[in-house]
Amino acid sequence: MHDLAQQIVSGLATGSIFASVALALVLIYRAMGIINFAQGELAMFTTYIAWQLAQMGLPLWSAFALTVAIAFAGGVLLERIVIRPVERAPQLTIVIVTLGLFIAFNGLAGWFWGYIVKPFPSLFPTEPITIAGVGFSAQDVGVIVVSVITLGLISLFFQKTKLGLAMRAAALYPEQSRVLGIRVGWMLALGWGLASVVGAIAGIMIAPVVFLDPNMMQSVIVYAFAAAVLGGIESPIGAVIGGLVLGVVINLLGTYVEWIGNELRLAAALAIIIVVLMVRPEGLFGRATVQRV
Amino acid sequence: MRPNVAALARVGIAVAIIALLPAVVPSFLVFDLIYVAAFSIAILGLVILTGMNGQISLGHGAFMALGGYVVAVLAHSAGWPYWAGILAAMVACGLFGLVFGLIALRLAGVYLALATFSLAVATPSFLKHYKSITGGFGGMSLQPVQAPAGIPTDGQHWLYYVSWAVAGLAFAVSALIVRGKFGRALRALRDNPIAAVSFGVNPYVYKTLAFGWSAVLAGLAGAFYAIPTAYVSPDTFTFALSITLLIGAVLGGISTFWGALVGGIVVEFLPLVAQQINAAAPSVVYGVALILVMMFLPDGIVGGVLRLVYRFRPAPSQPALESSTPSAAPVAVSPQTRE
Repeated sequence: MHDLAQQIVSGLATGSIFASVALALVLIYRAMGIINFAQGELAMFTTYIAWQLAQMGLPLWSAFALTVAIAFAGGVLLERIVIRPVERAPQLTIVIVTLGLFIAFNGLAGWFWGYIVKPFPSLFPTEPITIAGVGFSAQDVGVIVVSVITLGLISLFFQKTKLGLAMRAAALYPEQSRVLGIRVGWMLALGWGLASVVGAIAGIMIAPVVFLDPNMMQSVIVYAFAAAVLGGIESPIGAVIGGLVLGVVINLLGTYVEWIGNELRLAAALAIIIVVLMVRPEGLFGRATVQRV
Repeated sequence: MRPNVAALARVGIAVAIIALLPAVVPSFLVFDLIYVAAFSIAILGLVILTGMNGQISLGHGAFMALGGYVVAVLAHSAGWPYWAGILAAMVACGLFGLVFGLIALRLAGVYLALATFSLAVATPSFLKHYKSITGGFGGMSLQPVQAPAGIPTDGQHWLYYVSWAVAGLAFAVSALIVRGKFGRALRALRDNPIAAVSFGVNPYVYKTLAFGWSAVLAGLAGAFYAIPTAYVSPDTFTFALSITLLIGAVLGGISTFWGALVGGIVVEFLPLVAQQINAAAPSVVYGVALILVMMFLPDGIVGGVLRLVYRFRPAPSQPALESSTPSAAPVAVSPQTRE
């Protein structure tokens, strides 16, 4: 039983990473109908920035805070400079532009920091935390706590602040919002900034586990896709629940189902994506869209 | 549409250049040019699928992996000759492509991009998992190609001519396919699906067949990617390969066959040049180039050249291969569209 409890907590920890990246995807998808294929690479790049700041002697938590600020500014700038010119272009164009960002940031990280895998210091103590006689890794518990706080703050921001309301309005009714004096373009850029912040936090949280390398987020982004699809790509709460469920299920499958093991975990995510998209494309929490012919 | 003289002349010039190149370039370049043939075939598959059929695939590397591994496994474990393995690879990829095409029918636009992206990322882990067939992490090596007895050339030149003959055949057969009823149906379905269906074009049949043919081409390319390397491993067919194919299609020009040829040249040689700056430079150049091309040159290099040509010569003589598509191919897929 102890073992199972540990596996579930560890699944929730990776699940909260998937949930965060999935939420970042959903934030952008809701605002602009774009899937940002580069979301994982942006998270990877900002994690490298955190590592660099820590190398330069900054205390870890300060490096973390500074990285979050840089991630926000970077996300806003990317939207303004790269995405804005193609905003109204066909879907394929936008997909290719975000893939361009994917490759460019992957290459930049390799250029600046090399392809050799680096250890990343954990923000949390190494001693296990004992709850009801079961020892849980402090890293896992810490990741869950930080993710819950992040997701909670994002949700409060959208529900309770005027800016959050303006952003939601800009996403749902761009024309009407413009009439009411909301700067729709800047709201979209803010959305990119926020998504980039959520991604950066997820990257810093997972880096001590998967280690730092330019390809560290490539499987994470597939899991995040699976989480977002499972929850419904338009539903923030769906993305979070999808991520947590996926984290636990994948972890249990990998641990207890021998023929799946480590290597077929990604295949399981792929299977989830395809099956959900075929059977229930709106996901568990989304609404079915009806197309007018 | 009737092939015109100018178009035939262009094809003839291309064929002549390809036939004469090995005589003038150093032999290491001949080796690179074999890969150009393989890349061009695979990118041709993407041009048909994405440029003409309107379906996005970020996972054509997975079909190349299947093709490459079918040849490798049959040659390595069952002792099949390469030509038989190549045919088997085409059949296997065609079947897999038809199945994936059926799935793709239900995944509109960006969802298909998402699914194929995931397929590409997951491919190496499949190859690593089924160790008993694929050789696992270490992959498997193949016999280098020898020229058949009686032909006075070395294996490399022989492979060069075979690859390019096969590429030529692939381009010719594809051109015949898209020029006829089949291509007309695809273009109609891409540009106005509702009107096309009203006129009795069955979208399921045509789109699935197009996916299947595109996969056959990718499998063929995978075979001609594995054979000159004489080695396959999971790291040969990573996500980067799938992306490379898309880059080739976009930079070359996703709506024309010439774009596939130019794209094949670009993705083989651009990294070789960029690598001299830094090991990571090719990725950065690719990424920036993708973004800039999408912003300023949506029809890729071939589209850009055509635009220049037409500016100076207003009478439009349509090149044969382009005639199958409008010059600006809007692949309009809205995220809301679902079949």
